[in-house]
Amino acid sequence: MLKDIFNKKKKYATVPSEKIKQDVPEGIMTKCPGCKSIIYSKELEKSNKVCVKCGYHHQMNAFERIKNTLDEGSFEEFNAGMISENPLSFPDYVERLEKDRKKSSLNEAVVTGEGTINSQRTAIAVMDARFRMGSMGSVVGEKITRTIEHADKEKIPFIIFTASGGARMQEGVLSLMQMAKSSVALKRFSDNGGLFISVMTHPTTGGVSASFASVGDYNFAEPKAMIGFAGRRIIEQTIREDLPEDFQTAEFLLNHGQLDSVIHRADMKKTLSTVLMIHSKGGDR
Amino acid sequence: MANRLDFERPVQELEDKIEELKSFMDEKNIDLSDEISRLQKRLAYMEEEVYGNMTAWNRVQLARHPERPTTLDYIDRIFDDFIELHGDRAFGDDEAIVGGIATFEDKPVTVVGHQRGKDTKENLRRNFGMPHPEGYRKALRLMKQAEKFNRPVVFLLDTKGAFPGKAAEERGQSEAIARNLIEMAGLTVPIVCIVIGEGASGGALAIGVGNHVHMLENSWYSVISPEGAAALLWKDSSLAQQAADTMKITAPDLKELDVIDEIVPEAKGGAHRNVEEQAASIQKVLKKSLEELSKLSKTELVEQRYEKYRNIGQYTFVTDTIGLK
Ligand SMILES: [Zn+2]
Repeated sequence: MLKDIFNKKKKYATVPSEKIKQDVPEGIMTKCPGCKSIIYSKELEKSNKVCVKCGYHHQMNAFERIKNTLDEGSFEEFNAGMISENPLSFPDYVERLEKDRKKSSLNEAVVTGEGTINSQRTAIAVMDARFRMGSMGSVVGEKITRTIEHADKEKIPFIIFTASGGARMQEGVLSLMQMAKSSVALKRFSDNGGLFISVMTHPTTGGVSASFASVGDYNFAEPKAMIGFAGRRIIEQTIREDLPEDFQTAEFLLNHGQLDSVIHRADMKKTLSTVLMIHSKGGDR
Repeated sequence: MANRLDFERPVQELEDKIEELKSFMDEKNIDLSDEISRLQKRLAYMEEEVYGNMTAWNRVQLARHPERPTTLDYIDRIFDDFIELHGDRAFGDDEAIVGGIATFEDKPVTVVGHQRGKDTKENLRRNFGMPHPEGYRKALRLMKQAEKFNRPVVFLLDTKGAFPGKAAEERGQSEAIARNLIEMAGLTVPIVCIVIGEGASGGALAIGVGNHVHMLENSWYSVISPEGAAALLWKDSSLAQQAADTMKITAPDLKELDVIDEIVPEAKGGAHRNVEEQAASIQKVLKKSLEELSKLSKTELVEQRYEKYRNIGQYTFVTDTIGLK
């Protein structure tokens, strides 16, 4: 029966979801949260993980993002081996980190380095929500700060793709202070004329939204990405009223003047490249 | 003495007993001074026992004490010539943050702090000390004004967090906080921050990036409230007492973690027990900070702040990297 569906000459395929659970090994098919269609995962990858049917931007991991953004083979990773300690001796923290390390093949929730976009050099940091929900503890703060400092030293732009639930609880106040740490570096970079582009992807909330993510020279976001300071549920409990359906989406932020533009994933590399190109044509760097 | 907390009850019982004996002695004209002096010794021992072994949760309780002095209580006592300044010049005036100009030791300063209410009515007006974006933007306006006129900024931190609301999100709560972090990083005048009560999350840090950061002995400062941590981590907000301990949120904890500079001592039983004395202790530490920082040039001030925050965090390296090939 599945064979029949796949034989149809379509870019995507849909089958009833209950059927999938029975017949298809996990990973081969993906259910689209946007239109509830079941999509052949390989087809989804071909379209930059954007649903061809409804345009839903499925989450990308850091390596997929880098592949999608930088020139092939241009990425050089920095500090890949930096890992968290357990400064508060928080119960289960080490075990949880280990589990996510295995699950994601990452040492931490951000991948940082340098590469080129249409032959233009840039420093880059890409957060990955698979690792501790992309939360920011000491390592995430330190890697991002080092990348900003690298961009400052090399006089190249800094681009970040954010995806984060906010500050990491298990490192307590040290996580909070990473917001200040990345900010002092960003301020120096900015005062030296550095170009900083923030691209917010789903989800960007809490301490990450309330620090570097929101203060790019250009603030971009992917369609429908959830972006905000406080969680929707907490807000509903606090103000006891229903929130609009599009509350805290990229489009909501755009309407409220918080974003420069919402950019479809297929246009992301081109847009970033154009911004870099315009900046290369004049000014201080 | 009204409003003692549960953990203080043994102290209160002894104090009551002593008072009772004293009035009995006066009334009946009999000498009970031996008994009273015995009880007073016991009281001193009991106070040591109770206030010398406070749990993190006890400190949280004191930080939230309804009689705990607020930003305006301290401004009254520590600064002279205070003139309150209102509004962010864009949207409105958020009374959850107060600020203005004043003199301190005869020198000009700008002072800004979170402001809780003293009663329900005032709390509604001040939104329980939980700011909206316009509050943070008022703070930003005042710190930039201080920079223009080359006077130090003193921030008093006391908030349960930035307000989680619809309007706050619409007006860019995230950006307001983030912008302040960036601007405080680069401010060319001395910044001294003192946590006087509760210091919750980005809502506190948004006026908390300083050259010196101090905490009152029974204040707390963390990435989230104990209740929030318990709810998020263990899906049970009733575990807040445990979270207060695990999250390492007290002044001694933050000193240990190298996040703050000094712990400002409090009277036994908390700041509200002796507001004048508390204000004097804050004045002392503030004077020391401002004297020290006044010796630094504009560049050195920004540099000192950079180094201070640059070095916060703990990490290590593994050699078997599993990153992108
Ligand atoms: Zn879809």
